[in-house]
Amino acid sequence: MTEQHIASVFDRDLEAIQAHIMKMGGLVEAAIMEAARSLETRDEELAEKVRAGDKAIDKLEELINEETARLIALRSPTAGDLRLVLSVMRIASNLERIGDYAKNIAKRTGVLVQVQPVNDSAAALRRMAREVELMLKDALDAYIQRDTELATDVIERDHEVDQMYNALFREFLTFMMEDPRNITPCMHLHFIGKNIERMGDHVTSIAEQVVYLVTGDRPDEIRAKGDTTSVTALEH
Amino acid sequence: MNDMSFVERNVDTKNIKIAAKDVQVYYGDTHAIKDVNVNIEDKTVTAFIGPSGCGKSTFLRCLNRMNDTIDVCRVKGDILLDGEDIYDKKVDPVQLRAKVGMVFQKPNPFPKSIYDNVAYGPRIHGLAKNKAELDEIVEKSLRRGAIWDEVKDRLDAPGTGLSGGQQQRLCIARAVATEPEVLLMDEPCSALDPIATAQVEELIDELRERYSVIIVTHSMQQAARVSQKTAFFHLGNLVEFGETGQIFTNPEDPRTESYITGRIG
Repeated sequence: MTEQHIASVFDRDLEAIQAHIMKMGGLVEAAIMEAARSLETRDEELAEKVRAGDKAIDKLEELINEETARLIALRSPTAGDLRLVLSVMRIASNLERIGDYAKNIAKRTGVLVQVQPVNDSAAALRRMAREVELMLKDALDAYIQRDTELATDVIERDHEVDQMYNALFREFLTFMMEDPRNITPCMHLHFIGKNIERMGDHVTSIAEQVVYLVTGDRPDEIRAKGDTTSVTALEH
Repeated sequence: MNDMSFVERNVDTKNIKIAAKDVQVYYGDTHAIKDVNVNIEDKTVTAFIGPSGCGKSTFLRCLNRMNDTIDVCRVKGDILLDGEDIYDKKVDPVQLRAKVGMVFQKPNPFPKSIYDNVAYGPRIHGLAKNKAELDEIVEKSLRRGAIWDEVKDRLDAPGTGLSGGQQQRLCIARAVATEPEVLLMDEPCSALDPIATAQVEELIDELRERYSVIIVTHSMQQAARVSQKTAFFHLGNLVEFGETGQIFTNPEDPRTESYITGRIG
């Protein structure tokens, strides 16, 4: 909607909360990439930076929550404005969760640098993180452009992330069976993989908010569940 | 999902009380209402919203032939109340207005006692055989108007001596005294303070159990609060008519969206 409100301060408020979302999105994108890079390059200092940086993300979510509550109380948004405010709240909460997962990856990196690396799994995890980060970038672009096609594309791409996670899951199982000394690093690496897979789910949820914001409907097709590890048994 | 949704938003019936077909209204050369088609349901609060001069009050006044009193006003098309054309020559407008009651923007009690304000309609329509029956109608109406407890000890006091909110509820009691089937309300709360407004809104919700209520309001929040159906008028056209929750979260027409979100459109 390009038309202006009669009350121009309403427009300014809506722009302000959207600007906060974009700022938050930028911080979260950086956190994903830096967490993955710190893992691959075994860079403890960078990992520490990611952990410390999560506070800023949390603060932004709080700010967005306060401002949306004020906006609802003072302006009683309706129709497209209402959907915008609701989607902003949900997107902020999704971004905050993604930030937490990045922080958790950085924490585990602190342990992993103490032990021998397992194969080239850190590089595989970084590729997976890169994919999620690109999805997030597209989801936020779709949000700004109100582009449901791009948002739908993001929703579909989550399947690839799920596939990558499935593959890693099996690989880690194999390593652990081969040598019990791999158990400590592989458990951490597996949680990191799971974290990235969950990030993908949150990005998907952001993309779904874009569809809701624009159309007022939830995306039609129920997404095929790509993560099959919860129903996978260990074969002896 | 549906059984979990807000109960008060459930529309009790789908019976059509008033059907308007291709309604046109002209004031002299001015085409004030263009091709309005709408079905108003029974036991439902329907809100008419739209900017000033959009035709919502004009259309409301067509529903009990209040426009008959304006010489230059011409109404074309059909308006059916329970399937019968209210503009038929056989229909007596006075009888029609007993069935289709009206409450106005400014409370307008008669310069008579509270009792006589309410008793006036039943008297001229011969609804009571004796004083006892009339007393009963007056009490019942004042109770339905949610004002009985405040006035029961001073029924002989002048209606004009009540506060604004009380006067408006007295007017609602007066309107329901003739046992109408439809209640038209033209901005019934615009002269009231927030507390009196809340009382009238609560009353509207109670009246919905018996009547089909149609309310014209400039307050979109009021329309959202009290109605189950909302009709948006713009430049004499009925732009959109639908379930109130849908109109306020996801309207279909961009003009509705512009208006309810407070944009210039």
